[in-house]
Amino acid sequence: MELYGLTVHELQDKLRAGEVTAADVLASVYRRIAAVEDKVHAYITLMKETAAAQAAAADEALRRGEVRELTGIPIALKDICCTRGMTTTCGSRILGNFVPPYDATVVEKLRAAGAVFTGKANMDEFAMGSSTETSWFGVTRNPWDLERIPGGSSGGSAAAVAADECIAALGSDTGGSIRQPAALCGVVGMKPTYGRVSRFGLVAFASSLDQIGPFTKDVEDCAILMNVIAGYDPRESTSVNIEVPDYRSFLDRGVAGLRIGIPKEYFIAGIDPEVRASVEAAIAVLEKGGARCVEISLPHTEYCLAVYYIVAPAEASSNLARYDGVKYGFRAAEARDLMDMYKQSRSTGFGAEVKRRIIIGTYVLSSGYYDAYYKKASQVRALIRRDFDAAFQQCDVIATPTSPTAAFRIGERTDDPLQMYLSDILTISANLAGIPGISVPCGFTRDGLPIGLQFLAGHFQEGLLIQAGAAYEKLAATRDLIARYRREKMPLS
Amino acid sequence: MEFEPVIGLEIHAQLLTASKIFCGCSTGFGAPPNTHTCPVCLGMPGVLPVLNRKVVEFTIKMGLATNCRINRENGFARKNYFYPDLPKGYQISQYAYPLAEDGYVEVETEAGRRRIGIIRIHMEEDAGKLIHDEHFPASYVDLNRTGVPLMEIVSAPDIRTAEEAAAYLRRLHEILVYLEICDGNMEEGSFRCDANVSLRPRGQEEFGIRTELKNMNSFRNVQRALEYEIKRQQYVLEGGGEVIQETRLWDDAQGVTLPMRGKEEAHDYRYFPDPDLVTVAIDAEWVEEIRRNMPELPLEKRERFLRDYGIPAYDAGVLTMSRALADYYEEVVRLCGRPKIAANWVMGDLLRFLNEDRRDIKDCPIPAASLAEMIRLIEEGTISGKMAKEISEEMYRTGKGPKEIIEEQGLVQITDEAALIPVIEKVIAANPTQLAQYRGGKDKLFGYFVGQVMKATQGKANPQLINELLKKMLA
Repeated sequence: MELYGLTVHELQDKLRAGEVTAADVLASVYRRIAAVEDKVHAYITLMKETAAAQAAAADEALRRGEVRELTGIPIALKDICCTRGMTTTCGSRILGNFVPPYDATVVEKLRAAGAVFTGKANMDEFAMGSSTETSWFGVTRNPWDLERIPGGSSGGSAAAVAADECIAALGSDTGGSIRQPAALCGVVGMKPTYGRVSRFGLVAFASSLDQIGPFTKDVEDCAILMNVIAGYDPRESTSVNIEVPDYRSFLDRGVAGLRIGIPKEYFIAGIDPEVRASVEAAIAVLEKGGARCVEISLPHTEYCLAVYYIVAPAEASSNLARYDGVKYGFRAAEARDLMDMYKQSRSTGFGAEVKRRIIIGTYVLSSGYYDAYYKKASQVRALIRRDFDAAFQQCDVIATPTSPTAAFRIGERTDDPLQMYLSDILTISANLAGIPGISVPCGFTRDGLPIGLQFLAGHFQEGLLIQAGAAYEKLAATRDLIARYRREKMPLS
Repeated sequence: MEFEPVIGLEIHAQLLTASKIFCGCSTGFGAPPNTHTCPVCLGMPGVLPVLNRKVVEFTIKMGLATNCRINRENGFARKNYFYPDLPKGYQISQYAYPLAEDGYVEVETEAGRRRIGIIRIHMEEDAGKLIHDEHFPASYVDLNRTGVPLMEIVSAPDIRTAEEAAAYLRRLHEILVYLEICDGNMEEGSFRCDANVSLRPRGQEEFGIRTELKNMNSFRNVQRALEYEIKRQQYVLEGGGEVIQETRLWDDAQGVTLPMRGKEEAHDYRYFPDPDLVTVAIDAEWVEEIRRNMPELPLEKRERFLRDYGIPAYDAGVLTMSRALADYYEEVVRLCGRPKIAANWVMGDLLRFLNEDRRDIKDCPIPAASLAEMIRLIEEGTISGKMAKEISEEMYRTGKGPKEIIEEQGLVQITDEAALIPVIEKVIAANPTQLAQYRGGKDKLFGYFVGQVMKATQGKANPQLINELLKKMLA
């Protein structure tokens, strides 16, 4: 097998044993990028030069025996993570030329762990979207079917991992932007608890919902990345100072005795029958493995989408006010005066979906509407959180489909925002409640498109997600299933 | 119809912290543009604010000093508007949940003492500043001030006269400076004031339509602007017109308020809780600790000076103008035990020296101990008041102690009869005509002899002793 096809932990073994060098691994990944990137378009920016230097430093460290968690591992970063000296566009024209003078905390942590950065992955503009079609830099295609979307907003990261254009990647998840593309691309994606991974240097979309997390080929890699990126950051006020467990220690705990909650509100009309069948089969596998299923209720589920589309645009309308053409980023060339400069820069610098959300957000915060929209939404959000607190009295983890459908076709939903927003209906609640969630592959549709199984757990219970995810992966032998589909169905192979 | 003015003041005080409210940048004034900046105060993508604890501490101090309730849970909100000096497109401020509420201060005017309510005190960040090119159609942005911590103090509409407004302003100013949380510099803008003013028929409960006054950068201007605006509104109302709700700028040169130029847009700031900052939970013990360590406030100090030192109210007022001056005075009194004489010296010569040099009492070259010693020397009769004047000047100039100067210049007063008698004898002998006239009943000539003796001793003779001896020897 080519090196690019291996996992983080497989490569760790080979690098430490001296079988391969970091330069070999990077060269392999870049060969793969050269071969498939034209078709997939997972990246906005490739970091070939700095990656080569990082790989050389990794090899030097390996020679000295100074091995850290990710020494020599090629990782892609969603282009929402600030990278010192390297363009960070957030998928937007307005930040098309923005070069941050600082690293995001997660980027610092990955650097310190010895990682090699392959490039900046494509995304929906300012993470607003579920298909990676709103990027100023073009559409990313699903490696399993190049006519279909990879999901979003972290579609570039998910596609890069699925297409072996990196070994692992980071994404961000505000309403499902890690889990949904992970499901649609057949990879593992985790959204940690709000406050678990630092947001410093993550370009803000909706500050009370955003969270950075990993995309990996299997659950063990997810645990490895979480071990590196999780933890308190004094530069973020909403970061929580709770000890980070060794997530790898949850890998082999199995599911015997684990109580799995099945929320009836998540198995409803609108869920594709193939998706539903696949997820139900996955739950049966877990039961066979000794898990106990409990039917639970999350009564405020039906309000999640409405609450989300008030809270997220409200915060976004304020977070995106800084892109005004004054200090950095895009400025319209021929403005008459200050007001005209603002208007032109923002009208042409932002895409349609971003402008739609800025307008929604501005509206719901306006004098006279605040109480009816933002305040009410905040109150309902508290009820949604309470639903989960009550549910986790009855169960350890909750299992649901990640996305109501498998990957849809490019352009299929771009003219229908509401249909697009429904893509996140099963993932949004975790962001509103601040709880962690993971999506693991659980099968394929008849058309050969991946399906994702979502687990949710209580605050700071990422360990339980690793435990359930790893157990399922082993019981269902999904790694073998994916490998077989790769050989037989993936158009890139 | 008789109208009653209703005035409320909003004060912005820049806090004397070393670093900004949400990042580690310096708050220093006067640095080259954009040198006191970092990604956080520049509002770059993805950066986050972390609250400076000192800002909370300083605001609690002010809350306690003005009898406010300290809200155990308070929080920040975003005030959204576009302006080039506001890099994030919003100002982080407190809105629904301010740190301190429902306080008051006592102010004194000629009309007596009144209590002025304080609605709220909250924390916020300052904006940057625009510099307009005079020769070229361009503007520049300096973000050094962006993120400098401010405290906003909002009074209740309890103020009734321009004089009272100025008194309220002075009271808050002196409290802030006493607490050492604001330097109070109005010219540099570290203490700014806006006023809301309206008129209503006396006896009417309901408020009239108000105007907001800005651009008053001294106590005097606040008073003048309010006096003008009250008269203007009265004129409008008496003429049967209506006051327009607007913002007006004080024009110092013309002595008038003028409507702010340009169309005024109705701002909707779309306040909402800042999701990047958590609720500020104030520990009750911390508040108590701050309370225990509060310095004595100016009004309390003034009352204590009246009570303990028996000095006039005017003196107590002058001596408590600043904490350092009051401390200096108290030290002098402690060492010499003469409160009134000490007050005269501190308020008289010492403040005159300092004012002439525009020097702060903290940099006074005369240590309190030296001044106290000099007062003791006068009281003991070692030096005369006249000599003391010279000595104090010399002390101020050189920083030397009074004894050293006396010794150097041979200034000791002659208090010894045996030394003085021969001098007086000589003076009498040298003035036979005047002696005859004096003995003939011309009493006024006594002064002449005193003067001659003083002259002969180069002013070193103790005047009381001269008097006694002369009376005996001229008789």
